[in-house]
Amino acid sequence: MRGQNMRRAAAALLSIAVAPIVLVPIVLVPIVLVLGAARLAAQEAPTDEAAKADAAIEAAFPTAPADWQSRLVPDRTMRACSAYRNSPPKTAAEAIAQRARAAIAYPADGRLLGDWQRGEAIAQSGYGLRFTDYPPRAPNGGNCYACHRLGPQELSYGTLGPSLLAYGRARQFGAADAKAAYEKIYDSQASFPCSNMPRFGANKILTVEQIKDLVALLMSPDSPVNK
Amino acid sequence: MRIGQALFLAAACALIAATSAARAQDDETGKAIEKYRQMLKEDPWSNPGLLDADRGEALWATPRGPKNVSLETCDLGKGAGQVDGAFAELPRYFPDADRVVDVETRILWCMEKLQGFDRSELVKRPHPTAGQSVKELGAIATYVASKSNGMKYSAKLDHAKEKEAVALGETLFYRRAGPFDFACATCHDATGVRIRLQGLPRLSSREEARKVVGEWPAYRVSNAHVMTMQHRLYDCYWQMRMPELELGSEVSVALIAYLTSQAEGGEITAPGLKR
Repeated sequence: MRGQNMRRAAAALLSIAVAPIVLVPIVLVPIVLVLGAARLAAQEAPTDEAAKADAAIEAAFPTAPADWQSRLVPDRTMRACSAYRNSPPKTAAEAIAQRARAAIAYPADGRLLGDWQRGEAIAQSGYGLRFTDYPPRAPNGGNCYACHRLGPQELSYGTLGPSLLAYGRARQFGAADAKAAYEKIYDSQASFPCSNMPRFGANKILTVEQIKDLVALLMSPDSPVNK
Repeated sequence: MRIGQALFLAAACALIAATSAARAQDDETGKAIEKYRQMLKEDPWSNPGLLDADRGEALWATPRGPKNVSLETCDLGKGAGQVDGAFAELPRYFPDADRVVDVETRILWCMEKLQGFDRSELVKRPHPTAGQSVKELGAIATYVASKSNGMKYSAKLDHAKEKEAVALGETLFYRRAGPFDFACATCHDATGVRIRLQGLPRLSSREEARKVVGEWPAYRVSNAHVMTMQHRLYDCYWQMRMPELELGSEVSVALIAYLTSQAEGGEITAPGLKR
């Protein structure tokens, strides 16, 4: 499939070399399409390089329980981000974002803001899904402070992500911004393909209720984030 | 000026003030962390990891295992029993094992083939829990690494299988997996960022890799034990929500080969001292 595309692209390139100038725009369009298709194919099917990594990973975790096997295998989005080293070209980025947007589930009651105090506890907790976390002794955390600054009282915050201090206040507590925050936490890749941030809702790390609590932490006027 | 504009300006000013306050806070926190690190390094003889290097030296020379022989016939790449400078040239391809290995995987091989230990037992619980001393294999690795202290990384990595290992390690570095979508690159592909207060080296940068890779095995103050490079990677995969990485697996060796190639020319200061 890829070889065929390459041959077609090569043939198209040859024809461009001999074609009169007026034909260039007509020929160029299919070239762009063919090259785009080849790049998309690269993100869908594992390359030789990725296939070798897959095989090595499969052998490197011999004690993994049966229901953990799926963790070893990246989904389409992860595969694309790995292959493009987190800088996907436009077409691949759009495919990722589109897929992410289509799968966002919203709260049944239509309310996006939960309880900021519960949100603060979720933002502090890094518990959950590690092999030492079974059987579960607590709800999963979001560990937001690992990467973001949130409430000013917490000085032990990371800087891998942007500071979220005064997040809601800076946005005049707008409803559209609350929705954007919910979507960002649910699936960060909907707005930022190959973001470093986990897809908390899409990957079922956090529940819809927990995500609402985090939105409240960001968007509630009473939250320490906005004090 | 209309009220709306005035409010907007005031809000903008407040935001700028808050941002610069946050920056100042970042600087201050960074300075405090740096001071703590300096204090840890000021007296190198206070590093408890040296006790494990001594323990490893004794283990190396003592006849042990079902075959009751010492490791003095173990070839770490510079000839049987040659320990000085051997770590600086690892990982490398060993024809007798027909694979590329790092120091720990080579010691594992020698413990199995020369001393007759059961490999599956050695890899079952190879790393210490918090407060526990580094295991025997790790202590031996600490000893071997300390015998390259002050030298520069000079693994050749020019054999076809060595090149393959480095390339696989690089692919693995960017390979995302697990429920959090994490890859090594998630935390180690940016300069000057932290998780909580812990600074993260950008290991995709040779300059940054040269500064930190040579510190392993290192004494980890917070866990009160020496942590080897294989253990370090095992812990990264734990945090990545992946299962338990096997000591000596192709994945761990390939990642170490990649990191070592990134750190080429960097000084070995093992055992290092970490937070």
